[in-house]
Amino acid sequence: MEDILEIGGRRIKNRLFIGTGKFPDKSVIKDVLVSAKVDVVTVALRRVDPGSGDDNILDNVPEGCILMPNTSGARNAEEAVRIARLARAMGCGDWIKLEIINDNKYLLPDNTESLRAIDILVKEGFTVLPYMNPDLTEARRMVDAGAAAVMPLGSPIGSNRGLKTGEIVKIMIDEIKVPVVVDAGLGKPSQAAECMEMGCDAVLVNTAIAIADDPEQMAKAFNMAVEAGRIAYRFSSGKISGKASASSPLTGFLR
Amino acid sequence: MEIKINGKAQTVMDDMTIQVLVEDRGLDAGRIVIEYNYTIIPREKWGDIIISDEDNIEIVSFVGGG
Repeated sequence: MEDILEIGGRRIKNRLFIGTGKFPDKSVIKDVLVSAKVDVVTVALRRVDPGSGDDNILDNVPEGCILMPNTSGARNAEEAVRIARLARAMGCGDWIKLEIINDNKYLLPDNTESLRAIDILVKEGFTVLPYMNPDLTEARRMVDAGAAAVMPLGSPIGSNRGLKTGEIVKIMIDEIKVPVVVDAGLGKPSQAAECMEMGCDAVLVNTAIAIADDPEQMAKAFNMAVEAGRIAYRFSSGKISGKASASSPLTGFLR
Repeated sequence: MEIKINGKAQTVMDDMTIQVLVEDRGLDAGRIVIEYNYTIIPREKWGDIIISDEDNIEIVSFVGGG
């Protein structure tokens, strides 16, 4: 049975979304995305520095991927909207990872400004996926405003600390009607599997793959973890109990 | 005349269009977006706009990001 995730009218097979930042060697990005069969890829928008000789990131994104530019660098709704419009003018679709941050220590997103930006961007026809602090009420407001998915953080960006916000994310999964994608903080495949077992629709990983000794192998490990966690969720993980429940017959044997 | 490109003051020739500026700087037209005085200008209009003194131009492209 095919297990397809739908966001903004697009069908997504691979529930591991990958970010393209921080790769020490940009030439491996394409190998990672191709071999991991990634469907959704994030990029950022920056001022061009003529003569810097930077390869264009688009050269490293395989055809057919859904490009999800982020609004990194935005500190409020207006800046995010400006960045989103510039990103869409690049002609690579209308998806936007809304990311509004004005806290430089923990890089935690500003839910209030994000909600304002969603209002504007949805009216302009964007498919908006907000990076957010896990919060049920705010997530509901974002969905009401037209967010195509919500992307709560697992722990601060690049911290590799895993799903520290799990209790709230679980409530969001149970209550929110659009896909929930855990974005940020996942440092190990086991942490991605934990998200998926819990019922997250997808995870977004960047740092852990980008800075691995072999990003292609690490992406493979994350892929396997995401798939394993997803299957476990679909076919029901066991209930947690305070007592043991024997898996072997308890009849007396050899006595 | 002096204009701002990506926040930095730069001197450019008079009567230059955005199209000429892009070619002059050796930029890959298919991979950039230009905002001219806070308005995004579609590629097909680059040849129509003649840059004036004190204009503000942003030239952006995609880079790696998470």
